[in-house]
Amino acid sequence: MGTSIREKYCYRISSLKMLIRFYLLLMPVLLLPEICAANATNVLRVGKGQSYGSIKAAIAASSHGDTVIISAGLYQEGNIIIDKSIFIQGEGKPILDGQLKFEILSVKANHVTIKGLVLKNSGRSAMDDPGAIKVYDASNVLIEGNTLLDNYFGVYLQYSKNCIVKNNFIRATQLLEHQSGNGIHCWKSDSLQIIGNKTYGHRDGIYFEFVTHSIIWRNLAYNNLRYGLHFMFSNDNAYISNLFKNNGAGVAVMFTKKVVMINNSFEDNLGDAAYGLLFKEISDCYLSGNKFIRNTTGIFFDGSNRIIIERNIFKENGWGMRLQANCMDNVIQLNNFLGNTFDMATNGSLTLNMFSENYWDKYQGYDLNRDKIGDVPYHPLSLYAVIVEQNPPAMLLYRSFMVNLLDQSEKLSPSLTPENFVDNKPSMAPHNL
Amino acid sequence: MIRLLKYVILDIVKNKIVIAYCIMLALFTWSAFGLEDNVSKGILTLLNIMLLAVPLVSVLFATIYVYNSNEFIELLLSHPVKRSVIWKALFIGLSLSMVAAFIIGTGIPLLFFADFSTALIMIVAGCMLTIIFVAIAFLSSILTRDKAKGIGIAVMLWLYFALLFDGLVLFIFFQFSDYPIEKPVVLLSALSPIDLCRILILLQLDVSAMMGHTGAIFKNYFGSNLGLLVSFLLLVLWVAVPFYISLRKFKKKDL
Repeated sequence: MGTSIREKYCYRISSLKMLIRFYLLLMPVLLLPEICAANATNVLRVGKGQSYGSIKAAIAASSHGDTVIISAGLYQEGNIIIDKSIFIQGEGKPILDGQLKFEILSVKANHVTIKGLVLKNSGRSAMDDPGAIKVYDASNVLIEGNTLLDNYFGVYLQYSKNCIVKNNFIRATQLLEHQSGNGIHCWKSDSLQIIGNKTYGHRDGIYFEFVTHSIIWRNLAYNNLRYGLHFMFSNDNAYISNLFKNNGAGVAVMFTKKVVMINNSFEDNLGDAAYGLLFKEISDCYLSGNKFIRNTTGIFFDGSNRIIIERNIFKENGWGMRLQANCMDNVIQLNNFLGNTFDMATNGSLTLNMFSENYWDKYQGYDLNRDKIGDVPYHPLSLYAVIVEQNPPAMLLYRSFMVNLLDQSEKLSPSLTPENFVDNKPSMAPHNL
Repeated sequence: MIRLLKYVILDIVKNKIVIAYCIMLALFTWSAFGLEDNVSKGILTLLNIMLLAVPLVSVLFATIYVYNSNEFIELLLSHPVKRSVIWKALFIGLSLSMVAAFIIGTGIPLLFFADFSTALIMIVAGCMLTIIFVAIAFLSSILTRDKAKGIGIAVMLWLYFALLFDGLVLFIFFQFSDYPIEKPVVLLSALSPIDLCRILILLQLDVSAMMGHTGAIFKNYFGSNLGLLVSFLLLVLWVAVPFYISLRKFKKKDL
């Protein structure tokens, strides 16, 4: 029996141990509601008749993860600093006014969301570049569905990472470049997504400097004073399906490597220094499916190398492309050149680029073997394009009988135009793009 | 005056050459738009026809017509009609029929195919060119009694304006390319009605290129409303001056 009692005792102890273990295992689960209660997201409402009278008070009272809902109304609170990971939502488009003196929202925390606000009249100063929303050293910030009117800078991201700027309407009405900042300004950032924004009337619509691994997708940039999109020292980015129209100087991509540009439209950038797209000192880029319509110059190449340009449309431009002689190893193939005054222009006799299988509507050759490739090479550089390059006022005589005669005889035996500026396989029919 | 005009126009229509001219223009225009794969190339073909053929036909037909109506004019002079009325009726009748031929032949298809502003400026330019070269024809036919000489003068003037003038301007361009010659060149281009018309159309067709470097200067001159008005007035001057000189000569002429 003694043994049996001992056994029983032992059993009891072991079962007690098991129970304790079981409770220990369960403890987190049992305690969970209390932890959650301590970390619950509060909703703080701001506005007339709400619990908070000012945005600043609500933000001061909030903690990480809270939601601040701002009701419709006019808020003139100077500079508002967001230093907690909170979610800010406007209800009925509340207006935050910077009174032309303050930066309106300064984001200094990660995981901040700003939605549905109207921000206007930020301060104007070239000393500290105030923006309507300025993000300082933060990551995972989402700025979505806001309206930004007459600010100096619209959205300004610096040292930021993994941020999204989406579906914002950004407009400025300043008349001179120095009175206005950029619509969306990104500096020293990484992995940004700029999606579906509309920018009007700023200095540059979208500006990138030292920004990497980012995407610019489905934005509109209209009537900006300088560039619709401006890239400087920003490698490994892509911009896709954007529309740039009627900007002071079009779009500029400078001092940059490995940029992918697909399916964008560049339209109505008119003026001597306006280009649909300006390439300066860039290399290893890829362009496809873009449309260049009614620009004074479709693409201007300066010191740019190893760029592939295929399946683009150049239509009704003054100059389809200006390929300066300091560019090399660019491949220009399978594009359509339609109704341009001049398809090509260059400033020297050296040509180190390759043209192939483009459709040129000015091509007059034939195709005897019916392989849809013209049997005679096409020289896209017309004599008069060379003459106008050296002597711009001569444009006045364009399309006169004498000039047509000169152009025709040059086509038969090139003398002034570089001989290797040639498409050896011109397409007979426009490519289906 | 009206009755005289009626006689002149009836006579021209009976002549059938103007009708043939109209049909030729129509064929040219429709085929230019039909054969080329895009409208802008069709317009360029048409531009070449307009700047070369229209002035040539106008100047030749009008010169020969004036010489041939010598007897008709003499007959009219035996009636109590003012000399100036006869000359004006002849001029207006010829211009009207040539302009009508141009509008029917080229203007209608242009309005069909090209965009409205381009079509409009081309039609206006074509009509002005027609009238200008009819006026030049009147001048050359009054300058000499010799028919061959008169036609020769008319053809020479056409050659000068249509072909030579551009070459001269181009030459001046290259000779003085180191100097700011934009403004003198704009002035110079006003000295040829064909060039003036070409530039007006150029500003429509190649608007993207004309916004470039010096293009912008020309656009400021010709593209603004004031510029359009000034160039139109210049074209009117090109009608008025030759015709007025010919009218004065006709009044004093011993027929």
